[in-house]
Amino acid sequence: MKPIIKVKDVSKQYRIGSVQSANRTFREVLSAAARSPVRKLRGQSPSPYQTIWALKGINFEVYPGEVVGVIGRNGAGKSTLLKILSRVTEPTTGRIELFGRIGSLLEVGTGFHPELTGRENVFLNGAILGMRRAEIERNFDRIVAFSEIAPFIDTPVKWYSSGMYLRLAFSVAAHLNPEILIIDEVLAVGDANFQRKCFNKMQELRKDGRTILFVSHNMQAVTRLCKRLIYLEAGVVADDGDPTDVSVRYMESSFKTKSQKRWQNLGEAPGNDIARLWSARVRNESGETIEMIDIRRPVAIEIEFEVLEEGHVLVPNYHFTNEDGAYAFVAADHDPNWRRRPRPRGRFISTAWIPGNFLSEGALRIGVAVSTMSPVVVHFFEESAVAVQVIDKSEGDSARGDYAGPMPGLVRPLLNWTTEFLPAAEGAGQLVGESAS
Amino acid sequence: MDILQSEGALSQAGIAQTSSSVKGSAAGAAGLPDKPLIVIGAAGTWGGSGLKELWYYRELLYFLALRDVKVRYKQTLLGVIWVVMQPLLMTLIFTVFLGVLARVPANGKPYPLVVYTGLLPWTFFSSALLGCTYSLVGNANLITKVYFPRILIPAASIAARLLDLAISCVIMLGLLSYYRFVAHFPLTVTWQFALMPVVLGLLILFTLGLGLLISALNVKYRDVSVALPVLIQLWMFVSPVIYLSDLVPVRFRIYYFLNPLAGLIDGVRSILLGGALNTFALAVSGLATLILLVLGAVVFRRAERNFADVI
Repeated sequence: MKPIIKVKDVSKQYRIGSVQSANRTFREVLSAAARSPVRKLRGQSPSPYQTIWALKGINFEVYPGEVVGVIGRNGAGKSTLLKILSRVTEPTTGRIELFGRIGSLLEVGTGFHPELTGRENVFLNGAILGMRRAEIERNFDRIVAFSEIAPFIDTPVKWYSSGMYLRLAFSVAAHLNPEILIIDEVLAVGDANFQRKCFNKMQELRKDGRTILFVSHNMQAVTRLCKRLIYLEAGVVADDGDPTDVSVRYMESSFKTKSQKRWQNLGEAPGNDIARLWSARVRNESGETIEMIDIRRPVAIEIEFEVLEEGHVLVPNYHFTNEDGAYAFVAADHDPNWRRRPRPRGRFISTAWIPGNFLSEGALRIGVAVSTMSPVVVHFFEESAVAVQVIDKSEGDSARGDYAGPMPGLVRPLLNWTTEFLPAAEGAGQLVGESAS
Repeated sequence: MDILQSEGALSQAGIAQTSSSVKGSAAGAAGLPDKPLIVIGAAGTWGGSGLKELWYYRELLYFLALRDVKVRYKQTLLGVIWVVMQPLLMTLIFTVFLGVLARVPANGKPYPLVVYTGLLPWTFFSSALLGCTYSLVGNANLITKVYFPRILIPAASIAARLLDLAISCVIMLGLLSYYRFVAHFPLTVTWQFALMPVVLGLLILFTLGLGLLISALNVKYRDVSVALPVLIQLWMFVSPVIYLSDLVPVRFRIYYFLNPLAGLIDGVRSILLGGALNTFALAVSGLATLILLVLGAVVFRRAERNFADVI
């Protein structure tokens, strides 16, 4: 199949420190011109700028109908790549070939003018995004209906609430009809309700066979929507491929934590004279160390530690935090065999099983500790010892059911639901009838 | 950046895309053109393909100009009346201070007509040029977020002033009629009136050429927008706006008309009030317009690539 986007050796260089020098005044230009011969005589560089490469030799191809996520930390070059693809700025070197009309949503509501009415802004914004007038007129009713602000369409948008403004702006953008759509974190704005709407619209576009490039920090949204991820790091493509593999790599580099950690000798391992940590890992039912777990499968956290001094009651405990650093929960060892029982010297392996359909989606960072409870002594506490990525493939049998949008919550248990049904009586069901009789 | 194919190819692709969306993703590849629609490269030119792209975006020019016009008069009490009032008030002020008090010679012509025929092209030029200068910086949010031919922004800000120019022309006709039929001042309509669109066209293109140059410079060097109002004031006094060019001593006149605006303003006045057209001055204006248009377009195209990075 032929690619719809070909990116070949694209690089972009920026001057740094150019925040001030970019808007140079004539005086600065003149004085720099006057100084430069002197500087050359002194053997200094004629250019006072330092430069950085925001992108270095980017290569990839996207095929029609693909939904590709672009991830990377701040400053990795995501926005630069997006700006080049949407032709806002030009690459320093390299070449991109696009075999279709491209529409970009780098920010909804670009070009909205507060003094103009909703109607006027729909036309202006549509034209800015590259729609033809006839196209906007054809879609106008649908745009207004989608935005749910029909009664205010002839009111200047400065009187709109920010929610109304956003809804109208997104509606226009959602009715863009390009073969290639570039979306940047649009889902990050608005209330939950609106986010869901945006998300569904993206699903719809995906089903339509539209090629989508989706740029986000939100790993969950990206892994759910995209069949392929491109991971940028320091301006180069660090990884490109299956979302599950790439997201693991992304998680590793952003957490600096893998799903396994071990120490070679006890002297360097965390701990004190009573207990020291050998290793910690995340594993599945077959005992393999895993970076990622299907949300429906159980997963185990396992630590191996050495008890150096006998006679202490020890309680291993694990601390779970999500990508935002929020505490999800804490779990302490409940193994009846070792509860309140002093441990002898030797090596212990403690494993805690988290059931399937309990964790929430996304990255989970686990801190491991061994403590004595009365009085409380923490023998070691290795914060973010290991991490695991929880993936929901949205196949309908996880706790999210058939809903595909963002779902908040630190955990996502699959609960037992029951329903009672009272069939309607004969002749009932008319709202008036019941109270009258 | 180039659109290599014609607008036809773009709309064809649009149709192909619509049909493919019905059939789903499998049909997507079939609709792909052989040659890329858009090539993004390090070096771009502004050849014929650039013009095709401009044509494709022509409606945006209209919408941007419309926005400028609407925004200018929204929430004003008098609205469009201001377009009529402004030149009339200016004419009144200059007539009182220069015509009546300072007694600037008008060669036997009614001084209000002399001033108005000067203010008509001048007001358009100065307001359009100033608006144009600020236009790119004022639309920075668009430039850093979305792609379209950047030239549309300064072009639209000038286009938005065309409405004012048209209204001024209508007022002009009213004034001329008043002096001809009520005040019985001898005015005759000659074949020269046919040249009015040509002279006004030159004026618009001259403003566009200079506007492109200055607006592009202003993105990088904000000094431009600070210096420009002063320079425009100066320019007004070296152009025959509030006085007749006859006032200039004959031996200086050849230098005086090296100012392209002098020829244009003088041209408008000669056409409307009846006088010999200064062909030398108009030729200078025409040549200057051509040079500025080419220079403006080239400079703008070169600067355009960095707009998003420096604005």
